[in-house]
Amino acid sequence: MKRQKSIMGMPVIIEVCDKKVTNEDLNEVFAYFHYIDKTFSTYKNDSEVSRYNNQETLQLSRIMKKILRLSEETKTVTHGYFDIQVGEKIDPSGIVKGYAISQGAKILRKKGLKNFYVEIAGDIQTNGMNQKGKKWSVGIQNPFNRKEIIKVVYLAEKGIATSGNYQRGEHIYDPIGKKKANEIASVTVIADDIYDADRFATATFAMGIKGIRFLQGLKNIEGYLVTKDKQAIFTDGFEKYTVY
Amino acid sequence: MKKYLRGVLILGAFVILVLVRQMKNTGSLLNTFSSSASGTGSSNVASVTAGPYKDGTYTGSIADAFYGNMQVQAVIAGGKLTDVIFLQYPNDNRTSQYINSQALPYLKQEAIQAQNANIDAVSGASASSPAFIASLTDALNQAK
Repeated sequence: MKRQKSIMGMPVIIEVCDKKVTNEDLNEVFAYFHYIDKTFSTYKNDSEVSRYNNQETLQLSRIMKKILRLSEETKTVTHGYFDIQVGEKIDPSGIVKGYAISQGAKILRKKGLKNFYVEIAGDIQTNGMNQKGKKWSVGIQNPFNRKEIIKVVYLAEKGIATSGNYQRGEHIYDPIGKKKANEIASVTVIADDIYDADRFATATFAMGIKGIRFLQGLKNIEGYLVTKDKQAIFTDGFEKYTVY
Repeated sequence: MKKYLRGVLILGAFVILVLVRQMKNTGSLLNTFSSSASGTGSSNVASVTAGPYKDGTYTGSIADAFYGNMQVQAVIAGGKLTDVIFLQYPNDNRTSQYINSQALPYLKQEAIQAQNANIDAVSGASASSPAFIASLTDALNQAK
């Protein structure tokens, strides 16, 4: 069963290959994403994050506290390159997407489903095998031509996320150099959990080319970085995912 | 009552155990990062904040920026940092040259190439923009 919806202005895709899957299973995950969007959208004036930014006095929800805590922890481990603070306001979208996909996958696992993938706008968590009983094949999009792919990786029980500035303008800001990050075109990160893949992809993009060194130093995390001059640099464990 | 007390004690011990484990994990994670990324600070130009500096032009030492050397010159005028000039900065067409060098001994590289394959999904930067939707909504509101 494969269904697609538009949530948070982004395409959300869930495919489950287990025979016992029901529409209700998928609805629960979609409902969870709506709830996340309602809480964290910076484009909705009545979201909790918007009210927080407008300095309304409010009792912070548990999920809000959790995201703030995770953001703080991520800022530390990325040497400040990951920062949700933008001026006087916060924009936690760099951590919320990965967190939401991770939780969505957890909902499906709790229902005993084993073979699926959950995607929000190019960030994906895979689990088990695809329709053909093989590992999930995921193409890495060409940052210079979004209709092309430049690499195929084969994943099971892995999360994959790509950060780049080629589709939404230069939306990732380097909080250390106080400039827009722009020396690389995109960086793709593979980790056990999409939550790690997403937050480290965001931080690496802000670091620029030297970010590949940062990824190289992380355990069980691989990266594929594309520079502005169309060269790809990758961590030494990346190639194991390119074998079918 | 005694039973209740024992229950609380067991629960307390468990919570402490979990906390200690978590701290250990976080600690080792932090170590991994700091050992792998030592030297990030060398490219941190922003740490030179404006202040009571003496006017003039100052050249910094050459720092390893992982994939090549970085060296900057700071220009101070009126006691404040007014400009930063990059004397060496591996961010140009020679980037691949730097990547080939000793600076990245473990990392491989290749020229990107379009692939033909049947795939289940595509990983790319965010496909559509909430900012676009917000902007459009605003424009439409103005048009009312």
